[in-house]
Amino acid sequence: MWALLVLIGAAAVSAHLQDLAFDRQKVFRVIPQNDEQVEIINSLASNMQVDFWQPDSVTLVRPKMQVDFRVEADKSFEVEDLLKESGVEYRVLIDNLQAALDAQFDSKTRTTRHSYEKYNNWETIAAWTADIAAQNPDLVSRSVIGETYEGRPMYLLKMGKSRPNKKAIFMDCGFHAREWISPAFCQWFVKEAVETYGKDTVMTTLLNSLDFYVLPVINIDGYVYTWTKDRMWRKTRSKNAGSNCIGTDPNRNFNAGWCTLGASKNPCDSTYCGSAPESEKETKALADFIREHLSTIKAYLTIHSYSQLLLFPYSYTYKLPSNHEELNSIARAASEQLASLYNTKYTYGPGATTIYPAAGGSDDWAYDEGIKYSFTFELRDTGRYGFLLPESQIKPTCEETLLAVKYIANYVLKHLY
Amino acid sequence: MDKEDIDDVGHKYHLELVLEDILDKDSTVNCTAEVLYHLPNKNLPPDVQFTIEGELKNTDEADSMFYNRIKSLEKELVAEDIPDSHGNVAPEMEPVRLLAWVASGYVIWQNSTENTKFQLAQIKHVKQVKRSDEYLEFDYRILLHEMVSQEIIPWQMTVLWHPHHGVQVTQDSRQPKHASE
Repeated sequence: MWALLVLIGAAAVSAHLQDLAFDRQKVFRVIPQNDEQVEIINSLASNMQVDFWQPDSVTLVRPKMQVDFRVEADKSFEVEDLLKESGVEYRVLIDNLQAALDAQFDSKTRTTRHSYEKYNNWETIAAWTADIAAQNPDLVSRSVIGETYEGRPMYLLKMGKSRPNKKAIFMDCGFHAREWISPAFCQWFVKEAVETYGKDTVMTTLLNSLDFYVLPVINIDGYVYTWTKDRMWRKTRSKNAGSNCIGTDPNRNFNAGWCTLGASKNPCDSTYCGSAPESEKETKALADFIREHLSTIKAYLTIHSYSQLLLFPYSYTYKLPSNHEELNSIARAASEQLASLYNTKYTYGPGATTIYPAAGGSDDWAYDEGIKYSFTFELRDTGRYGFLLPESQIKPTCEETLLAVKYIANYVLKHLY
Repeated sequence: MDKEDIDDVGHKYHLELVLEDILDKDSTVNCTAEVLYHLPNKNLPPDVQFTIEGELKNTDEADSMFYNRIKSLEKELVAEDIPDSHGNVAPEMEPVRLLAWVASGYVIWQNSTENTKFQLAQIKHVKQVKRSDEYLEFDYRILLHEMVSQEIIPWQMTVLWHPHHGVQVTQDSRQPKHASE
């Protein structure tokens, strides 16, 4: 009990110290007129801790120069007295540095912090894509593959150590706007890649030998809409000719048995297949990118929620793909890997029989383009929270899913074609 | 699971399943059931027969606590968005959510066919209705998620509950979706 109180007390104190590190510290602006006054500043700097903001060091101070420096709170009176006494021209630039800092953090222009264990809005994710690439230039580069209906840039992250002739795995998240855990996983994957490269042998080998194209949110307009207007929105936000109803189901919009079954021709329906295959700017951008890089992309992963399923082609027909036995073994092993962490049970199999028949899916399309390893993940849970998965489950969901994705990536690496 | 086609009647499924207590994953009970889906033109809810091996957990204490807490509220309970967008449920709302889940089970049963799979997606609004008798009454507006069509269907249900008398849905109706979404 006592130990706990001491710990809490210590934590409280250190938190206090961290928060108010610059409390009551002052920043002075001084303009020494001559060598004598420069000397006064010199002796000040040798008698106490003075942090020069301009110039960088006391040795650079010259007459008539604007000199800015920061001093400890308990020394500021002494400094002011000294400057007054010696007739040196000065003014207080910042009266309380801590207050100035706090004001900066409170300003309305400050965006919310990114967190891997929280749901981030699009603005935060967009900024994060820039930051993560800038902080890890050897491993991450960011590009734009197209624009959404509402004009937002579609950011793509390319992960991997730069080497010639690398094959790649493509993974996208956020097809359906309300499936918030999906973009959260793409962000987690990127984090794990940059943080464990050089530490985790599997991840290091993967990033050395393969490139990963990660599209954190494909249906950005829809995602924004779930944050601003309707948490349960699914489709894109494009207008439909001759209807008041908005949006197309992006995962019914690909040219794979397009609109033949499990999709609707009614623009008001949640599974509306669109006016034509790739009618949506977002799906066209994805398809164009994959077509352009078809010779290098060897696996396609698309992340959805919920239901805890690992699916492979086909969904647009009950027919089985030529390598269905191989896909089935991969899915079985990947599901076992996933379950090994928290015992989360996944069901796996071909889409049509495992979930429902549905034409126009990106996984079926990618497969028919020649990408032999094509999988759809439906992440947690099985309906208790459904789309509203609590933030406390982001970390465990992402950790277990990562095991499955790493398994699949490793398998692909060992079976390149 | 076994499926039996019965001419002019419908499809009968024989199921063996394990029921798991939501609040205690280690507490399970075996169950066998028969579900008869009538022919679509009949427009009848499926017939369900079931047997449970053993007993369900006793919930008297938790029931009484919730019952007494609501009975002693000065103002009728009102709440929205359970869970909220981020999946949060205030601890004191958890029983309200569980009650909705049970009640929505009835609504789902009454509206299920072989081609539907419903889940309770969210409670948009709940309002307690004062009663002069011992029952608690709640008016819920819920969202049901239908997996196959992927539609979100607003539904209204009036729920009666008493610790000794169980849950009753006295009234329920499908609500219109907002136009031109």
